[in-house]
Amino acid sequence: MSDLKNIREQFLSKLKNDLSIEEINNFKTELFGKNGLISSKFKSLGSIPEIDRKQFATNLNQIKDELQNLISIKIDEINTKKINEKLEKEKVDVSLPGRPFARGKIHPVSQTIDEISSIFSEIGFSVEEGPDVENEYNNFTALNTPDNHPARDMHDTFYLDERKELLLRTHTSPVQIRTMLKDKPPFKIIAPGRTYRSDSDQTHAPMFHQVEGLHIDKNINMGHLKGCLNYFIKEFFEVDKIKMRFRPSHFPFTEPSAEVDIGYEIKDGKIVIGEGDKWLEILGCGMVHPNVLRNVRVDTSIYQGYAFGIGIDRLAMLKYGINDLRAFFECDYRWLSHFGFDPLDVPTNYRGLSR
Amino acid sequence: MKITFDWLKDHLNINIKEEKLLEQLTNIGLEVESVEKLSEELNLFKVAKITKIDKHPNADRLKICDVDIGEKELKKVVCGASNAREGLITIYAPPGAIIPKTKVKLVIAKIRDVISYGMLCSESELNLSDESDGIIELSPTKFRKNIGKSYFSKSNSNLIDLSITPNRPDCLGIRGIARDLAASGFGKLKNFKFKKIKSNLKQTIKVKINKEKDQACTIFGSCLITNVKNTKSPQWLKNKLLSVGQKPISAIVDITNYVMLDINRPLHAYDADKIHKGIIVRNSKSGEQFTALDKKNYKLENGMCVISDNKGVLGLGGIIGGTRSATEFDTKNVLLESAYFESRSIRKTAKKLNLETDAKFRFERGIDPLSIEAGLNKASLLIKEICGGEISKIDIQKIKTYKNKIIKFDPNLFENISGFKITINEMTKILENLGFKYKKEKKHLKLTAPSWRPDILQAIDIVEELVRIKGYEKINIIDPIKERTKSTLTQTQKLFHFLQRAIASKGYMEAITWSFTDSNFNDYFIGSNKEIKIVNPISSELGVLRNSIFSNLVMYIGKNLDRGFKDLSIFEIGPIFRGSKPGDQTTVVCGLSAGKKNRLSWINKERNVDIFDVKRDVVQTLVEAGYNSDKFVIDNETPNYYHPGKSGRLFLNNEKEKVAAYFGEIHPNIIKKLDIKSESLVGFEIFIDNLKLPKKTLNDRKPKFIVSDFQKSERDFAFIVNKDVKAQDLISVISNVDKDLISNIKIFDVYIGENIPENQKSIAISVTIQSSEKTLNENDLENINNLIIKTVENKTGARIRS
Repeated sequence: MSDLKNIREQFLSKLKNDLSIEEINNFKTELFGKNGLISSKFKSLGSIPEIDRKQFATNLNQIKDELQNLISIKIDEINTKKINEKLEKEKVDVSLPGRPFARGKIHPVSQTIDEISSIFSEIGFSVEEGPDVENEYNNFTALNTPDNHPARDMHDTFYLDERKELLLRTHTSPVQIRTMLKDKPPFKIIAPGRTYRSDSDQTHAPMFHQVEGLHIDKNINMGHLKGCLNYFIKEFFEVDKIKMRFRPSHFPFTEPSAEVDIGYEIKDGKIVIGEGDKWLEILGCGMVHPNVLRNVRVDTSIYQGYAFGIGIDRLAMLKYGINDLRAFFECDYRWLSHFGFDPLDVPTNYRGLSR
Repeated sequence: MKITFDWLKDHLNINIKEEKLLEQLTNIGLEVESVEKLSEELNLFKVAKITKIDKHPNADRLKICDVDIGEKELKKVVCGASNAREGLITIYAPPGAIIPKTKVKLVIAKIRDVISYGMLCSESELNLSDESDGIIELSPTKFRKNIGKSYFSKSNSNLIDLSITPNRPDCLGIRGIARDLAASGFGKLKNFKFKKIKSNLKQTIKVKINKEKDQACTIFGSCLITNVKNTKSPQWLKNKLLSVGQKPISAIVDITNYVMLDINRPLHAYDADKIHKGIIVRNSKSGEQFTALDKKNYKLENGMCVISDNKGVLGLGGIIGGTRSATEFDTKNVLLESAYFESRSIRKTAKKLNLETDAKFRFERGIDPLSIEAGLNKASLLIKEICGGEISKIDIQKIKTYKNKIIKFDPNLFENISGFKITINEMTKILENLGFKYKKEKKHLKLTAPSWRPDILQAIDIVEELVRIKGYEKINIIDPIKERTKSTLTQTQKLFHFLQRAIASKGYMEAITWSFTDSNFNDYFIGSNKEIKIVNPISSELGVLRNSIFSNLVMYIGKNLDRGFKDLSIFEIGPIFRGSKPGDQTTVVCGLSAGKKNRLSWINKERNVDIFDVKRDVVQTLVEAGYNSDKFVIDNETPNYYHPGKSGRLFLNNEKEKVAAYFGEIHPNIIKKLDIKSESLVGFEIFIDNLKLPKKTLNDRKPKFIVSDFQKSERDFAFIVNKDVKAQDLISVISNVDKDLISNIKIFDVYIGENIPENQKSIAISVTIQSSEKTLNENDLENINNLIIKTVENKTGARIRS
């Protein structure tokens, strides 16, 4: 009995000391190893008289539990201490910059095209495209602009041949012609893209972007045109109210034709759309001229409709407060970073056009 | 077209404010571009008298004038005019006034050490005439009482500038504008009974229109006014012209200009004594020359419409007159021309000669062919009134008769197009006010269009007139229906947008550059394409369509490097051109990266951007777009603008049909020649139109989900191969050894150098082996191991490195 007591006391005092993990493991082996002090006591249980055996076993188990507990507490303590010591050394300056990550930007014109497509998608328009190089017929003649028409002067055209048959399209309207020649009515399309005029100053660039719209069906009238553009402008500028003015104008390919102004004012040096008493011209539109429909073999006794053309760069400038048109195409890294959009900002109907 | 409210009132009985009028002009399609408030500025110019003249101490030709401007103190003005003298009444401009001719604002200035308060003006400085010799001399009897008063009458109304669309030549005359306003309910059009010439005299100058092919002059009306005394115009006429910014010249010229502006009837006045034996209207012969009123000499081509006599060309019909027969102050006899010229020919001739005149602008848009006599009547009577003389009868030569256009109009068309209703009575009233005649027939209106409206050709044009006059604000808004029957984007368009954002998400800034470029840059990237020139480029630096996007991107990378940026990635997605026909273009995503990765990073190792950066961007982008990178085939046949050893060509699969992309370093020669100052320049081109679109949706393309939970093991191999053996081939050989068991292959080292024979390299590969049926035992693994080694050695000539 006293033997057990001795073992207990001897180890209790030993474990009080400051110990290394190896020393503790040695004690562990000394006690619970194959021939350890405690293990051998368990082996000797059989040789203990029956009457004492029960008591002995109880005591032995108690001591075993006590010592085992103590040892595992001691081990935990040492581990914790070790980790704490390590943590003390491992502190970093979290204010240092993280590893570099480069994300590019989407050009404001591309973003605007996506916004426009998203808005028109909602009301059933699909996107068509056409080539940048056009023939004279698609760009002018089919659009009711014969070669002696003064309206041709309004388009300073880049030509690719001396006979002036091949040119860079001066507007996106030839896509109307291509679409109507290719398919059968009804038509409900928009056609965004690059357009070209040999004109270059602060407010004109030799290349710019337009989006064409065309809706041809039975009984489509000017009310539909007004409704469509009213909807578009409201959605695009993300305002509830818009002041819009339809003003008679002239384009050879539409009759009647209109130019559309939106109301704005300047507040704190910034342009505010939808308020104020100033007018800003943003697009041209009208009912597709019957001559155009006849040129593409659409039966004018059944079908009619409207078309419009909007300057995309201009819209982007208005919406995003960009002053200089030419900067769009000058590729200044600072400008691209400033006005560009995160590629994850995909304009959608359900998530909203912009954040 | 410049007008004033006052001039409009000559034709319009109206009692409304100018502001309202401006709004209405815009509402009916005569857009007000600007309003210039003339009166305030011109009020500053005062009638003044020189009371005393002193010599300038430092300049012989200058004088110091004491000027009485009706105030207590006299103003000291330095003046250089030789006619400045004591007692002269002239016009004084104070500091702050803006000189009309030069638009310069006057300030108090020291002229050769003497301070001058303002200026005494010449006629030319005030745009009153071309007279710049000396200061204005005003008549003492008329102006003595006006000293100190404003010279220009206060009634000068604002100058309104209208943007008249090319379909409305009638509104290039004040009367046309008044007619439109009246039709829209703004005032009442005054009913003019034009006076007619009453004369028994014959027009003695013979006029002949040659009947030849494409004769542009179809009517030539004229009358002769004899024994006139040409003079300066009376004040009312001068004021009229000045009010719309025109310079008075002489009564005869001013009158023709006045009639043109008033009723859009261009006229031309000849000095009849300078016409040699009659007028012949004919087509020019190549090489003929004449000096026009703009003092320039023009060499003519065949077939331009000229007014000539038997000595040669007098003028270009409907465009510009010549100096030889011009009227002057000593002109005694005037031949007045009022003619009709076909717009097509006018346009062609003016374009060829690069000539822009007021008459040309009007004839090319279409002049009322029935206004010949009205113009002659009005102008000749005015000439007689102002210059005296005798008017002859009108002579009219014509080779074509004009008839008014008749249009059958179904009133229902109006509502079909406009979406709102008006009564037939309202329609006829508007049309009548616009000059139409009508007759009601069963279901139609039979309309006769006025001769001054060449734009009215068919029923839809009538609708336009009605909606315009009625007001576009009457059109009801019909809200669009939110319904989609067709998908918004095609597969190709979706791919375009996807690639655009996928590349941007890899660190590239999207740029948009011109579709044209500098041929000097383009030449480097032209590849096997041919150059496409623009016939009329805006400048030689933008002279060709781009054959590659690189030309622009390299140029702009250079510009940004010059701005001090060092590490740049930009891309553009857009067209490149292969020919000058519609459709000879293809869409490319082109990216360019310069400089280093991790420049001055405290944590990452700094290195130049290299081919494997752009390869990653290209491959990853294509993978994101849904293409299987296991099938990609890459070789090194690339265009000559890439570094021949450090560039690659990518195909989507081993059929190698169309190049999906190129990537690699830009050729060092190009970098050097274009002087691009960067440590490294790498780029790529992805050809969207060459990417085969999957037939199935992304969802359908996903294979069944099968994974194995049996133990996998990794085995490493190092093979020594010839340098030209491609990693891609090794991987392909290994993966083909047992497609069921080999699930992943990774190259973890490529080594050239010590212990490896020259022209050879060591490639270390880790292969993951896993079965979907069982746990592989050592034996199985050993077998596959040996099979891999044997196959690779056999097929690639490799040796396993021991």
